[in-house]
Amino acid sequence: MRTSQYKAWGLLAPTLVILFFIGLVPFLYVIYLSLFKYNIWSVRGMVFAGVDNFRKLMFDSSFMHSLGIGLTFVVITCSIETLLGLVIAIFLTNEFVGKGVFRTILTLPLAIAPITIGSIWVLMTNPDIGPLPYILHKFGIDYNIGVNAKQAFFTVVFMDIWHWTPFVTLTLLAGLTSFPKEPFEAAKVDGANKWQTLRYITLPLLTPVILTMLFIRVMDTFRIFDEVWMLTGGGPGTATRFVSIDVVRRVLVSTDYGYGSSMSVFLLYLTIVMCWLLLNIISITRKEVHER
Amino acid sequence: MRDKKKIKITFIYLICILLAGATLFPIYWMVIVSMRSKLELFTGPKLYQTSIFVNNYYRPLFKDIYGKFLINSLIIATGNTGLVIFLAIFATYAFSRFKIWGSESLFFWTITNRMAPPAAFILPFFLIFTKIKLIDTHIGLILLYCIFNLPFAIWLLKGMIDAIPKELDEVASIDGCSMLGTLWHIILPVAKPGLAVTAMMTWIFSWNEYLFASVLTSMNARTITTGLAEFVTVIGTNWGEMAAVSVVCLLPAVIFLGYIQRYIITGLTFGAVKE
Repeated sequence: MRTSQYKAWGLLAPTLVILFFIGLVPFLYVIYLSLFKYNIWSVRGMVFAGVDNFRKLMFDSSFMHSLGIGLTFVVITCSIETLLGLVIAIFLTNEFVGKGVFRTILTLPLAIAPITIGSIWVLMTNPDIGPLPYILHKFGIDYNIGVNAKQAFFTVVFMDIWHWTPFVTLTLLAGLTSFPKEPFEAAKVDGANKWQTLRYITLPLLTPVILTMLFIRVMDTFRIFDEVWMLTGGGPGTATRFVSIDVVRRVLVSTDYGYGSSMSVFLLYLTIVMCWLLLNIISITRKEVHER
Repeated sequence: MRDKKKIKITFIYLICILLAGATLFPIYWMVIVSMRSKLELFTGPKLYQTSIFVNNYYRPLFKDIYGKFLINSLIIATGNTGLVIFLAIFATYAFSRFKIWGSESLFFWTITNRMAPPAAFILPFFLIFTKIKLIDTHIGLILLYCIFNLPFAIWLLKGMIDAIPKELDEVASIDGCSMLGTLWHIILPVAKPGLAVTAMMTWIFSWNEYLFASVLTSMNARTITTGLAEFVTVIGTNWGEMAAVSVVCLLPAVIFLGYIQRYIITGLTFGAVKE
């Protein structure tokens, strides 16, 4: 038994070494940096500041603003995507010729680089050449996401829905098609209508899949960067400056390394807590569904 | 009854066409723009295009620096995939065949590695890479992309190797096969299709990455996604060329789509949801 443990760790060693250097070392380093006042343009260099950066962070209205719009964005996109994805997934449980082609089309946005997604929507929304402003203008709406904050925010929401609803759809569809047949046959015998079957059998069975999907969507939406950076750059003003964009601007544009690090640490802390919470919720519901 | 069925079928196809159109139109529009010259672009949006303005592709890729960026992207994505698959085979075998102390916390650690916002890591990586002279090198990015690709590959492969019966290993070891021999002669041939899919998805994720590449490279190892992001300039963007480079960025996704589409959901959900 002993030797098999050695063997296992021997097989794992190269992976762990790499993940140690690219995962753990930078993580510890950023925590270390967050304890200093450190701006490369400052003559004083690195000055130890203890938890000053974090104290400042908690009262930083611009950071809180980006957290706020970030959470708003997560709530809006994830709920719309879930509802829309669920409806389309249930619709796709119908069998018809050409379903395979349709599924392939739905998979396409998932494989495209996020930065290309951004560029696609730049071309769609550009006031000079884009079809969206052209059509909206015919309805008397002045559409320019470079100027109008609300329009910019909802364009980013729309882009995310366009990008990720297929993921939700296909995930839930995979869940829907993996169910045992017995409960549905029993419901049919008992004379349940379609709505009752959906409400009392399909949805409870689907809950673990929905939660897993939501976990991934929430984490991904929270850290969104590429598409938004390409489309709006966080603007106009601070309308679409989500947390990732805020951190990148602080580090690269203001070169405020100490403060930027404390923002990073706070983000990582949030990520770990959210992962832990959500994974626990998922494993608990999984057990409940299995016990039934 | 037949009428009712006919109505239902028509309804289904109507919705399908609507959804497929909504999904495809922005991509279609990008392709159209990439085929137009500046003059054609500003005459108002037209929905079809009969001629192709080749210069949109030719100038950035062959006259400008984008050809080099393209090759860089190919090198980095391929190098990273090779490294990730090599490491993941051993790691997955360990996870799948041995009871490892602490494998639960390892799972959690790799998941958080995957979910962590890259923005939080750019500063430490930038400073460390500057210090050890990995800035603007291919090898730097190849190593770095392991941070999200390695956990992904391990958990995707684990499901596939778990599905190979353990009896096969036992028979091999009775026949005098060493552990590595078993891995090489028994597991790998059976897991080949799964390995291929994992490799393709790893490759696409490396190809698609933007933030790390933009911060950690300047000229020598700049990737195509980074080049694309720099198209929007103050003096005015050449939309046709930007669309053309976007199409080039998009091509691998389209090429691999047929192979990976059955596994993409399994991959993106860490093997938690199987198709």
